[in-house]
Amino acid sequence: MSRYSAMFDRLHGDGAFGAFLMLGDPDLETSARLLDDLVAGGADMVEVGIPFSDPVADGPVIQAAAKRAFKAGVRVGDCLDLIARFRSRHPDVPVGILTYANIVMARAGFVRDAAEAGADSLLIADVPSLEAEPFVREMDQAGIESVLIAAANTPDAALQRIAKFSSAYTYCVSRAGITGTHAGGEFDSGLVNRLKAASAPPPIFGFGISRPEHVRAALAAGARGVICGSAIVECAARGGDVAALVNSLKASTRNESSTQ
Amino acid sequence: MRLSGRFGRFGGCYVPEILVPALEQLEAAFLDAQEDPAFTSELNGLLANYAGRPTPLTRCRNLPGNIYLKREDLLHGGAHKTNQVLGQGLLARRMGKTRLIAETGAGQHGVATAIVGALLGFETVIYMGAEDVERQKLNVFRMELMGARVIPVESGGRTLKDAINEALRDWSASFEGTHYLLGTAAGPHPFPTMVREFQRIIGREARAQMIEQLGRLPDAVVACVGGGSNAIGLFADFMDDDVRLIGVEAAGKGLNGVEHGATLLRGTAGVLHGAETYVLQDSDGQIADTWSVSAGLDYPAVGPEHAHLKDSGRAEYVGCTDAEALSAFKALATNEGILCAFESAHALAHALKLASQEPDSAILVGLSGRGDKDVSQAQALLA
Repeated sequence: MSRYSAMFDRLHGDGAFGAFLMLGDPDLETSARLLDDLVAGGADMVEVGIPFSDPVADGPVIQAAAKRAFKAGVRVGDCLDLIARFRSRHPDVPVGILTYANIVMARAGFVRDAAEAGADSLLIADVPSLEAEPFVREMDQAGIESVLIAAANTPDAALQRIAKFSSAYTYCVSRAGITGTHAGGEFDSGLVNRLKAASAPPPIFGFGISRPEHVRAALAAGARGVICGSAIVECAARGGDVAALVNSLKASTRNESSTQ
Repeated sequence: MRLSGRFGRFGGCYVPEILVPALEQLEAAFLDAQEDPAFTSELNGLLANYAGRPTPLTRCRNLPGNIYLKREDLLHGGAHKTNQVLGQGLLARRMGKTRLIAETGAGQHGVATAIVGALLGFETVIYMGAEDVERQKLNVFRMELMGARVIPVESGGRTLKDAINEALRDWSASFEGTHYLLGTAAGPHPFPTMVREFQRIIGREARAQMIEQLGRLPDAVVACVGGGSNAIGLFADFMDDDVRLIGVEAAGKGLNGVEHGATLLRGTAGVLHGAETYVLQDSDGQIADTWSVSAGLDYPAVGPEHAHLKDSGRAEYVGCTDAEALSAFKALATNEGILCAFESAHALAHALKLASQEPDSAILVGLSGRGDKDVSQAQALLA
């Protein structure tokens, strides 16, 4: 069973809390420690960015994180090492990579290397379902799960492709924009229902999740979990208590009806 | 999508899923408009009576060899850019958009977009690297005079590629009411195909003018390549002819160093700004910094159709250094009384090389823009 499936089983109906950090931000050692803080704070799954020089899907917070990693001289190989070390410390926590097509294509065997490092999934921000097939074929061979993005404006034909080509979960975007876009606490249950009808993998909402009420609203809309990125990266950048932030957000994922 | 958007292995539509519906809408509007006589007639009317088409074909009287210049420098706006902003502007109106966004390097495409924004009544926002805003104050003022708002981009290297990144980010949130008026034949499908079709007029006119003036086709067609829109527009109607097609990239301070913009000559396959194409990058896939004396050629990717034309062998690609381009710029001014853009000077520099080897060959050069924007830089460099 994949680490994602095992995680959903363990949660018994609670929402999954995914926490994102940019690998190598602000340097390799701090980055390794921050990843541990995510788990200590109660993150169910960890999402990691591999920095790219031209991140068109990212807002200012994630852009700045990539810039700090570059300043520290972080290379793609270093990021894969960070994942491998995390994997040896945390054998059960699912790890997903978020990066861009050029990073995946430039390094021969990137997908295989990512799988061997212990990553469970790969989301390529600038590969929509239209272009996903060759990437997914490679991921299938390497034993790493594919994650695609679905948005409120994604037509049903594309949702069918997303259902076909993704396996770990479906990364749902509640509102048009880039990472860090404020979702205003509104999450689209229509999208969740359309994904369900298409038999897509479990919907998890990202983009603009920064407060406990966002987490509750996303789960109320039918999401199986949430991913919080910019708020955690920002907290780490100002030297805040990342574990405490994760803990407070994770607390809102508990399904009160099932724990009574 | 109705078309594949591929040129051999290159091209495609590498954008976040959220932008795909906007590109599908654009493709549909473009294809429908191509079949609509009212659209064609309005565009042709604007090209003739607003922009000044057809542009002349000028045979050089005093430069050596047998060189013909396709005079896009005489187009309204001062460069070939106007051809395709009129096309995209009309498409944006057809789609019911009320706002245009665009990226610009030195400011030529920003000015062209500001022109169409003023003409057709769009709110217009231009993203421009903060570094370029500093260097090109006059073009910033031109855009503002025509009612556009210029937003300096502080991210990354603060130049053209960062301006494109920022425009794509804006569009990811604004596509419902906003058209992204991309400035060249690069980017995700349908831009490379659509921009080629709107620029095809350059080669169509030039081909007929060559036959009219010389009685035959040229032996070689030469154009500079940054993103590649003027080159693809000039090449398109010669594709099936027995004519050499030569694209000239910016060799900057030399192809053996790293300070150049020679994507096809020194790059490797990758994905940038929505298309699979040649890219200047390091072994990790991080995009490299580029250099050229001409801002319009200072770009680390290239239109995907050029990547295919290179690999298929239908077109040849060469480089010209800053110094060679400057020398051609000066030669054209001194001998023919024409100030061309630094970009176009790259094409001319290669044509002059070719002419010295084959004095009898008829060489058609795309003179893509006028040199007014480069005069103060030329003054500093040639002093």
